[in-house]
Amino acid sequence: MDLIKPEIGLIFWTALTFGILLFVLRKFAWKPILGAVGDREDSIKKALAEAENARKEMQNLQADNERILKEARAEREAMLKEAREIKEKIVSDAKEQSKVEGDKMIKQAQATIESEKKAAVADIKNQVAELSVEIAEKMIKEQLGNKDKQLKLVEDMLGDIKLN
Amino acid sequence: MRIRTYRSFFTILFLSLLTTGFAASEPKENISSIEEEEFNASELIFHHIGDSHSFHVYGSDEDHFPKALTIPLPVILWTDNGLVTFMSSEFHHDVDGKVVVEKKGMKFVNLHDKIYQLNAGASEVVFDAEHHTDNAVQPLDFSITKNVFSMFLSMVLLLLIFMFAARSYKKSNDNMPSGIGRFMEPIVVFIRDEVAIPNIGEKHYKRYMPFLLTLFFFIWINNVIGLIPFFPFSSNLSGNIAFTLTLAVITFVITIFSSKKYYWKHMLWMPGLPIPMKLFLAPIEIIGMFVKPIALMIRLFANITAGHVIVLSLIGLIFIFKSFWVAPISVLFTLFISVIEVLVVAIQAYIFTMLSALYFGQALEEEHEH
Repeated sequence: MDLIKPEIGLIFWTALTFGILLFVLRKFAWKPILGAVGDREDSIKKALAEAENARKEMQNLQADNERILKEARAEREAMLKEAREIKEKIVSDAKEQSKVEGDKMIKQAQATIESEKKAAVADIKNQVAELSVEIAEKMIKEQLGNKDKQLKLVEDMLGDIKLN
Repeated sequence: MRIRTYRSFFTILFLSLLTTGFAASEPKENISSIEEEEFNASELIFHHIGDSHSFHVYGSDEDHFPKALTIPLPVILWTDNGLVTFMSSEFHHDVDGKVVVEKKGMKFVNLHDKIYQLNAGASEVVFDAEHHTDNAVQPLDFSITKNVFSMFLSMVLLLLIFMFAARSYKKSNDNMPSGIGRFMEPIVVFIRDEVAIPNIGEKHYKRYMPFLLTLFFFIWINNVIGLIPFFPFSSNLSGNIAFTLTLAVITFVITIFSSKKYYWKHMLWMPGLPIPMKLFLAPIEIIGMFVKPIALMIRLFANITAGHVIVLSLIGLIFIFKSFWVAPISVLFTLFISVIEVLVVAIQAYIFTMLSALYFGQALEEEHEH
């Protein structure tokens, strides 16, 4: 039957055509097309890997940031605490010192007052002594001039003293 | 009688497919002559799916409108006296062996689209009781037949399509195709990812990609050309056994040449079986080695031929029933089958390629993979 009897001519031309097609397409079509597709896929793969790396790096960075932030916060806390302590210490120290100083000043003042008082009293005593001497002098003078007058004088003086 | 059937077929085809206006203008006696003839569907179909030395474009009649147009094709013969070439038009459309062409002192006739060389001294073909020739032999026929012409057309188309596709990659700066390349790339990638890599494996597939791609597109485009029912297409190349045979043999040869030790060991001395079983399996495996390419050959041939036969049978119904009223139904069914055929031809090309890849993969199999 003709239908299933292969003809030599067609076999020859098919083999030839297929050979030419294979050779030409391999060189000018499949190689560039598959090459381009492969290159593109590689570049996509590379880009994806890079993105993944970047994401990981980002994550690392974020973790680092968080850690640093935490540390900074802790440090700040510590510093604040220390500062508060120092402040309190300074304040208390200052208070104590001022108290001591004050006490010292008060004592000094008291001592000064005391010595002033003493000096004043001593001065008064001297003046009283001088006045007493003057009075005594005047009285003696009066007594010596007039007996009455002397008496009167004594009386007056006594009256004066009372007034004092 | 035969050629008249053929002519009447095309007259009716034109009447039914083109316009009804044609029917009115067609000479009356022509139609009546058709009705008298006995329509031989199988003859028509076998003529149509077979090869031809000339390419019929349209028309059925030399005298009436539309005038028949048949493109002559070169006849190339290798005879005892060397190469003989002439145009098929020298036979004047004769396929019954009546017209004798004389070249280099040798006489040739066209008998059912086969070229016969008359024996020395004979002046015309003599038939025996079974309508076989007694006094003529077939020389080696390398003619550019309808199928060969169609194959060259497919080659030109493939080269154009893929040269343009490949060039579109070069033009772009980011390896992105444009135009036809954008359409072809998914198919190329499909062959690579779904056919080559799963069957052959990542390690070796690259070597077979050019073959598989060429094979797939070559079969596919010729299948599609066979589906288009007008010049310069309409041949039945991929439904021709010579065509499928050649491709199957190429696949077989590549399989044998890429086979590794394990392939032969597995075939001739199946490991891990008792010796009687080994002896029993070896011949089966050897037969299997040849059955695979034969199955490839028959599958493509039978599928494509069957498609053509169905379409022609459906159109033939019109003439069997001798009624125009069958035409709409025939055309509708033909359309339906044609749509299915569009799918079938792609699937057949895919299956041929896929099985080829599978055989290569088997030949390349290594010990540890089993």
